[in-house]
Amino acid sequence: MDELNSADTLGSAQAPVVSIRNLHVSYGQREILHGISFDVLAGETVVILGGSGSGKSTLLRTLVGLERPTSGDVILRGRNLCAMTDQEWRELRQHIGISFQSGALFGSMSVGENVALPLLEHTQLDPATIEIMVRLKLNEVGLNGYEDYMPAQLSGGMKKRAAVARAMAMDPEILFFDEPSAGLDPIIAAGIDQLLLKLKEAFGITIIVVTHELASAFLIADRMVLLDKGRIVAVGTTAELQASTHPRVRQFLDRVAEPEISQEIDYLQMLTGEVPRPRQ
Amino acid sequence: MPFTENIGAATLDGLAYVGGLAKLGASAARAVVLDILERRRLAYGRAMHQAMVVGIGSLPILSLITFFIGTILALQSAYELRKFGAMQFVADAVAISVSRELGPLITAILVIGRSGSSFAAELGTMKVNEEIDALETMALDPVRFLVAPKLLSMLLMMPCLTIWADFMGVVGGAVFGIAAADFTFKTYVVATLNALVLRDILTGLIKSLMFGLVITTVGCQEGLRTGLGAEEVGRSTTSAVVKSIFLVIMVDLVFTTMFYLGIG
Repeated sequence: MDELNSADTLGSAQAPVVSIRNLHVSYGQREILHGISFDVLAGETVVILGGSGSGKSTLLRTLVGLERPTSGDVILRGRNLCAMTDQEWRELRQHIGISFQSGALFGSMSVGENVALPLLEHTQLDPATIEIMVRLKLNEVGLNGYEDYMPAQLSGGMKKRAAVARAMAMDPEILFFDEPSAGLDPIIAAGIDQLLLKLKEAFGITIIVVTHELASAFLIADRMVLLDKGRIVAVGTTAELQASTHPRVRQFLDRVAEPEISQEIDYLQMLTGEVPRPRQ
Repeated sequence: MPFTENIGAATLDGLAYVGGLAKLGASAARAVVLDILERRRLAYGRAMHQAMVVGIGSLPILSLITFFIGTILALQSAYELRKFGAMQFVADAVAISVSRELGPLITAILVIGRSGSSFAAELGTMKVNEEIDALETMALDPVRFLVAPKLLSMLLMMPCLTIWADFMGVVGGAVFGIAAADFTFKTYVVATLNALVLRDILTGLIKSLMFGLVITTVGCQEGLRTGLGAEEVGRSTTSAVVKSIFLVIMVDLVFTTMFYLGIG
């Protein structure tokens, strides 16, 4: 990690809502995350940046309990995810909302039914109240009047908005977003960014976003975490990251391609998987 | 040693697979009981929807197939029986074969093709589209939400479909009986009723319940184990059909042997 580690909230007076300590996650024998540590404070928007294969989606999946850590601690709302029972997980998940990259709306249900589902399953509210809440949630994301539409009838941006409405259904304290702008045209993507800013301003929700879209990240983030090959390269505010001189941070922010393999020996080593030897 | 090692590995894989089915079946059955006890509105709605798809949707094609199977059985029986001048036993042969074996089996194979494959494809697509993950993160158990209604609908509809298949098989046999074996409709019905005892029907219905359990668990397990990508959905669907047919035949063999040896 570079000098921006000082921008971590380890020494902050405010108690973090999410605290990750020395997190390791593996798929089988392959370790994806190699000792990740950072905090997220209440009401802030933290963007986890990184290229393809950097482990950012694995980190998000671990934070919402879809992957089990190999070792380390994840403290969410004061409880360690690594030591929670299934019942505790069920309770915790009613306080978090997740918007998946594809939206993950249930194709067999209308938009309204999608948003109503967590309310029907986890609350004792009567159908009329649930109907009003569904309208409110859809109104918040700009989808007024789309209750009876099926997900297949919506555009990509509308699907993402509907997914946000569903994630907001239980009034969560923490919202997770996986690639909110992926696959959207710049205008629609900007609309999603504005929606995130509006949610943060209106409800003071803690938001954790995984993305590789730089423009979107700099617009919505209070702080950023840059991942590279399963390790944190930098943590800091947008200004601190912009000012960073760390080579990987600069390469990512300046969108510099990986150097091409020019030496035959390097190419052979890449094919055989050997570790390159230092050249004389 | 590689050959014996391969056999050992395949046996262990097979046992693990069947163990997975048993675990899924038990979880789904528990969820069905809980949903009934807690009178959950949504669960009833999903089960009724599935029952319509599994049951009512299958009726036209099941009627047609079992009608023809009944006629074919009558023809095949008559081929031997007429040598002994025993054409009056055509009704008995059709009734017993259809109710004890072919009714449940043909129903199961048809339901595998229509519903088992669709369970795998539906759950596989949901897996690929992150919908299963979305359910989990909303604190909703995918087994309770998706598998339990399918199991309940299948356990309700398989016996109903099997009784209908038995009836249509007998009607198919009757067409031949009336046309070529000197039966009237009334004498064919009387001969059928005299040939059948309650346990013939019951053994078929017990088998149909077991087939329903196998089809649901295999279809859902294959769907839930789908990897990433559209190709994987196709693989799960094919695998669900092949494994379901194999396991239905195995279950049929076990139960037929049990009925032969002990009960009926």
